[in-house]
Amino acid sequence: MRTIAVAAAVVGALALAGCGGGGSGSDGPLTVYSGREEELVAPLFEKFTDATGIDVEVRYGDSAELAATIAEEGSNSPADVFFAQDPGSLGAVDAQLEALPSETLDRVSARFRDAEGRWVGTSGRTRVLVYNTGQLSQDELPASVLQLTEPAWKNRVGIAPTNASFQAFVTAMRLSLGDEKTEAWLEGMKANDAKTYEKNTPIVEAVASGEIDVGLVNHYYLSLVKEEQPDAPIANHLFEAGDPGSLVSVAGAGVLSSSDQTEDAERFVEFLLSEEAQQFYVDEAEENEYPLVAGIDPPAGLVPLDEIHGPDVELTAFGAELSSTVELLRKTGWLS
Amino acid sequence: MATAGRRPPLALALLAGAVVALLLLPLAYLVIRVADGGGRALDVLWDRSTLQLVVNTVLLVAGVVVAAIVVAVPTAWLVTRTDLPGRRVWAVAATLPLVIPSYVAAFCLLGFFGERGLLQQALGVDRLPDPTGYWGAVAALTLSTYPYVFLLAQAALRDLDPALEEAARGLGVSRLRVLARVTLPAIRPSVALGSLLVALYVLSDFGVVSLMRYDSLTRAIYVQYKSLFDRTPAAVLALVLVGLTAIALVFELRARTRGRLWRTGPGAARRARPVELGAARWPAVAWCGLVTGLFLVLPAGVLLYWLGRGISNDRRVVVPWDEAAHSLGASALAALVTVAAAIPVAVLVHRYPGPLARVLERLSYAGNALPGLVIALSLVFFAARYASPVYQTLGLLVFAYAVRFFPLALSGLDTGLARVSPRVEEAARGLGRGPLATAWLVTVPLVRSGALAGAALVFLSAMKELPATIILRPIGFDTLATEIWGATQVGAYSKAAIPALLLIVLSAPVLWLVHRDSGRLAESGG
Repeated sequence: MRTIAVAAAVVGALALAGCGGGGSGSDGPLTVYSGREEELVAPLFEKFTDATGIDVEVRYGDSAELAATIAEEGSNSPADVFFAQDPGSLGAVDAQLEALPSETLDRVSARFRDAEGRWVGTSGRTRVLVYNTGQLSQDELPASVLQLTEPAWKNRVGIAPTNASFQAFVTAMRLSLGDEKTEAWLEGMKANDAKTYEKNTPIVEAVASGEIDVGLVNHYYLSLVKEEQPDAPIANHLFEAGDPGSLVSVAGAGVLSSSDQTEDAERFVEFLLSEEAQQFYVDEAEENEYPLVAGIDPPAGLVPLDEIHGPDVELTAFGAELSSTVELLRKTGWLS
Repeated sequence: MATAGRRPPLALALLAGAVVALLLLPLAYLVIRVADGGGRALDVLWDRSTLQLVVNTVLLVAGVVVAAIVVAVPTAWLVTRTDLPGRRVWAVAATLPLVIPSYVAAFCLLGFFGERGLLQQALGVDRLPDPTGYWGAVAALTLSTYPYVFLLAQAALRDLDPALEEAARGLGVSRLRVLARVTLPAIRPSVALGSLLVALYVLSDFGVVSLMRYDSLTRAIYVQYKSLFDRTPAAVLALVLVGLTAIALVFELRARTRGRLWRTGPGAARRARPVELGAARWPAVAWCGLVTGLFLVLPAGVLLYWLGRGISNDRRVVVPWDEAAHSLGASALAALVTVAAAIPVAVLVHRYPGPLARVLERLSYAGNALPGLVIALSLVFFAARYASPVYQTLGLLVFAYAVRFFPLALSGLDTGLARVSPRVEEAARGLGRGPLATAWLVTVPLVRSGALAGAALVFLSAMKELPATIILRPIGFDTLATEIWGATQVGAYSKAAIPALLLIVLSAPVLWLVHRDSGRLAESGG
């Protein structure tokens, strides 16, 4: 009994200590829901506080789960800013986001922001083919993602059909080549026994280990896996200009209309597009992403964004197109 | 049964009713979401792929339950009823996998058996069979759930009155037949309850089916939320999970022979004389070695390997003490709150059996097969709208744990109360003690081991809980589980190994407490 009493006392004290941080008053810290990993973006929040004196509280989670949370919270959401991994998560709650000031929006090219200005891209990533440099030389790599359905690639390709970034790429293919060609490609990949993974990191790991030879992923997972396995025999390959396989997408941020700290929230988004924050992606960030503001060069070793000609598609349309994409993935047996 | 048909005190009935009503909040949320979707809900239900998901899910549950019984029951018998060398050590080793989160188990199995994993490197071969899919999922889930069956079977075997078995032996029945006709039927209710806990765990688990790429209902629910942001189909599929829970409950009820487990005759139960294994002892030791090696040494070894790799790659080793304190505090609170909440329901079930008790007890399981994400979002829905002061507080997180792990507390109390004859309580009442004094002086000490076991199970589960923790924790309240998640998100296994090992090390003493307590109880009974 005594042990229980002691445990109860300890726990009670902890409970009191933990219960303090409930609601969000207007002079309290800024609340950011971040679908971007703490490992990658925590320094950005510190830089913001250093630059502005505004304290930030960050709720880290999966972008889509945070979008679902914001949707369930409705107008009582404690969040002021939603900082998400992909346009899809931002699009899912765009009805709850307010239009950003045009000075902020204009820092980024129109193809990297919401058509109605409710969210803006803050960093860019390209879709690439990651390949095992021990198994393949550069001239053996396909020029187009469409070639991956050829018999030569049977059993050698990894994809992540349940992952948002793969689905965005399929949407890009649908919008640029049409549903019929996309369906044929998906069926061809099925016939070629492409291996499925839950998300990008395990694909890159599988390529590194030789389990598969190539995989369709975002470019920056390469550097994350190299961090863990410095000698991994892996490299990224870009498809030819206009190929849906070289889609450029963004992580982005928006301000919630239910926020009672709109001004601070807007300052935060503005900060993400400041020279300091954009330079962070170049100099410090582990994940090797593209800055989006003009005049800032990408990290060494990356092909500059304006030399990558992805498919001619609007990121804003992706949210509305997603259900048709998933329908097609179901029809072709990639999703249940 | 002497007490059947007695009407429960109103206060008790109301209290139990209120507890169960709170447990049903996630169900209410699902009904609201399905109603929002209108006719679309029916389309999802009749979709061919939904049927396929149900079949996949049922196959997975069946596979894991069978595997858990095959692993747990023989091991439990060996360590409690035989002269197996080192049986105390084997008993502790067999329960320890309970502290390994299932997603960590899956990571470790893949790290070992996976292509270019440790095994393949060691053997130097080109290809090994693909460990993902159905069998991989069964293996990882068996690892993390068989201790439920083991613990309950072990307790039942230890408390079993040897008089019955001895009588059968005296009548010339062979040892094997006694095992099959007397011993196994006697522990069947405990094994059934353990299997129910296993089944509920499997139904709700997302980590394993995701890593092993097995299409179950839970995985489909996540896909609906995560890539489609569509809450209606997710809610429909979640209600299908509730339907499967109902079926599991019916099975469990059938397997549970609702007989008396307490002794009615004079005298106390003795401990059984251990069976002498003789030459069979070495195969028996080999069996225990296999179980421990596969389910404990292997995952721990893989974690240590990753830790070593991280150190040799010059990763900074930071021990997450704050996160550990958060995990311990929240889990201890959850254990206390959940057991306290389960007491009125357990007392109602055991002392005032009847339709009300039966309905409340069965309803308390209803939400238990729901994935943590669904439970979390349902609490987000209610708390953000109608109880904003508690939203994103530790209190709500603890409440979520209580909703998820209520049956564990109930099962602990259940086994405790089932062993206390109401006659002992009646005797106290007959001596002029009031009902509260009787409960305090007689029932509480007697069910203490059950309550402790229930609290320990809730504590261990809360330590491992991830999906609801991510969403409902107060801002900045990182736990060991969220640390592991954060590191694996970016593929930093060497970084994930530290919180994972710490989680295991901190959880293990709680298991030891349970062992020590039940051991002492058994000794004083003998």
